[in-house]
Amino acid sequence: MSQFNGADGGFQFDLLERNERLKEKGYQVPVARKTGTTIVGLVFRDGVVLGADTRATSDTTVFDKNCEKIHYIAPNIYCCGAGTAADTENTTALVSSQLELHRLNSGRESRVTTALTLLKRMLFRYQGYVSAALVLGGVDFYGPHLYTVYPHGSTDRLPFVTMGSGSLAAMSVFESKYMDDMSREEAEKLVYEAISAGIYNDLGSGGNVDLCVITRGQTEYLRGYAKENERKFRKPQGYSFPIGTTSILSSRFERSFVPTPFVSDPENSSTMAVD
Amino acid sequence: MWKESSVVATMASLQRPDFMPYQNNGGTVVAIGGEDYCIVSATTRLGLGFAIPTRNVCRYSILNNRVVLATAGMFADTATLHKVIKARVKIYEEQQDKPFGLHSAAQLLSNTLYYRRFFPYYTFNVLGGLDEDGQGFVYGFDAIGSGEKVKVVCNGTGQALIQPILDNQVEKKQQYENKQITKLSLQEAVDLIKDVFTSAGERDIYTGDAIDICIITKEKGVLVETFQLKQD
Amino acid sequence: MGDSILTYNGGCVLAMAGDNCVAIAADRRFGVQQTTIGTDTTRIFKINDRLMLGLTGLRTDVTTLYNRFVQRLNLYRLREEREIKPASFANMVASTLYSRRFSPYFVEPVVAGLTEKGEPYLCAQDLLGAPLFAEDFVVSGTCAESLYGTSETFWKPNLSPAELFEVTSQSLLAAVDRDCLSGWGAIVHMITLNGIETKVLKARMD
Repeated sequence: MSQFNGADGGFQFDLLERNERLKEKGYQVPVARKTGTTIVGLVFRDGVVLGADTRATSDTTVFDKNCEKIHYIAPNIYCCGAGTAADTENTTALVSSQLELHRLNSGRESRVTTALTLLKRMLFRYQGYVSAALVLGGVDFYGPHLYTVYPHGSTDRLPFVTMGSGSLAAMSVFESKYMDDMSREEAEKLVYEAISAGIYNDLGSGGNVDLCVITRGQTEYLRGYAKENERKFRKPQGYSFPIGTTSILSSRFERSFVPTPFVSDPENSSTMAVD
Repeated sequence: MWKESSVVATMASLQRPDFMPYQNNGGTVVAIGGEDYCIVSATTRLGLGFAIPTRNVCRYSILNNRVVLATAGMFADTATLHKVIKARVKIYEEQQDKPFGLHSAAQLLSNTLYYRRFFPYYTFNVLGGLDEDGQGFVYGFDAIGSGEKVKVVCNGTGQALIQPILDNQVEKKQQYENKQITKLSLQEAVDLIKDVFTSAGERDIYTGDAIDICIITKEKGVLVETFQLKQD
Repeated sequence: MGDSILTYNGGCVLAMAGDNCVAIAADRRFGVQQTTIGTDTTRIFKINDRLMLGLTGLRTDVTTLYNRFVQRLNLYRLREEREIKPASFANMVASTLYSRRFSPYFVEPVVAGLTEKGEPYLCAQDLLGAPLFAEDFVVSGTCAESLYGTSETFWKPNLSPAELFEVTSQSLLAAVDRDCLSGWGAIVHMITLNGIETKVLKARMD
């Protein structure tokens, strides 16, 4: 099949020459969507807590107000991503799939260090051009682990870490309040405070706080742990566009020939009068 | 004894940092002119890169009880421009013993901006108020003083988000048949302004924290109200 | 912006979700920078009876990519003997774009359709295929910012197909009227379980 679609894995470079020529002609290279981000991780008594904000920006515009920045790696390992959205998404998905196959082959739980090695090898191979800055956390046979992975493939192993454009705001909270051997409640609260510092003080971060608490044998993904930035105001009378507001030049209808299996609401079935 | 060429060579090797006279502090300003009122509003967030140096700056100036100026762009230029305009208005009013009119203020602002044609104030202005008949009008300007008298205008970092909403809601520009333009009441206009700023605050990172809403009427002069936006 | 290759031909797409329906709309301009060449452009393509794809960006890449998707969809149908689901198709688009991570196609796709359960499915991506899922609306193109402004203000939950059509049309028209690289007519497709209704809108032609 690959001879037809040209996609048999790996990056393709067939448009490189054309794109370089466009660049030479003075056309700006488009920017990919970045996650100007606050992501953090914290080790506590029984495991790790990962945290992230939910804003994705392109330049000064918010493209996604509630995106997921804590990515699944394995049931006992999760990974926060900052940097180019496409890179964090695909890098974590790739490593996640490699680990899944490894678990199926070995019949053993994945180890955090394996995920770390796969991630750093991949990022190092691409010399920083795959711009993913990650916070990797999980609990395995050897206990809780927390790492940061930089886009060039270097890594850190620390009890508390922050990444992204809001990392300084978040780190200032950790540096002033971190203690060894915290309880789960203390850890959750501290991570929430650190992410909030990023959300409120860094313009690249915003929206909700997502948490992921990983302990031995249990993972809790707390999507929307805090939702302090929902829209506050709507015009009381709203906006009404009576039917017929927009002028139409022509109209045509193509009937669906997909069989109608999908009645979710039986009372509403009159709208689905297909034979 | 220095040779001239060696001096030139030494000078050339000296590194001088680039002269960067401008910075973008963001901010959005909106003005709506009604039958017997005018509303001028501005955000209070001062942004710089990805930081928020302060959440509570004042981007508007009340020139007199029927003219208000609001400015987005670089805040240092905003402050200077407002100082200059306010001084000119005050001198005029002292000397002539009569209030400075809206249209005169627009001309003064245009001249002040164009005077710096080749080193402009990095400011995007809206000027709103009541004319001699008590009718509300607003002016929108670019950075070098080109302006237009309109009924509704938006300037600043939220312009692309807000202006089409105002076109659609105030002037019903996308309704080609059976268009019914109902004049917005003061309360409706204030609600619309609050709503469009809330929308812009959702999507523009430089629009946030709060807005100041200056309501200008013949009876009450200028009343200022503050409306909270999101802090993130 | 200015000379970015993504804005070379102009154009925009907006998709919005309603109650058991989605609307996907686009302008009809084809331009070369400031010059308008055509006013009957198609940038929304039907994938199946409940799924459509909008592509903005460099026109040559829009055409090429659409043809590649047609080919891959035909192979998919032969192998699977069924229509593709919205989520699977969005993944097909995303992986195609990400495989060109270092020499990208200059397009920003929007996938809009109804899921098996008849629920709206919206997915916008950047030119590298980073997906963005939304429950309300997604936008792409030269007036994305203005579309965000209008949609953020006019959209509300649980719109009926007729209401959704008006909200989508007005949001699109208001935005393109403030963008000189988009406009010159507009088209709206309403995807419901019954089928796809396509309406050509009256719009400013300047």
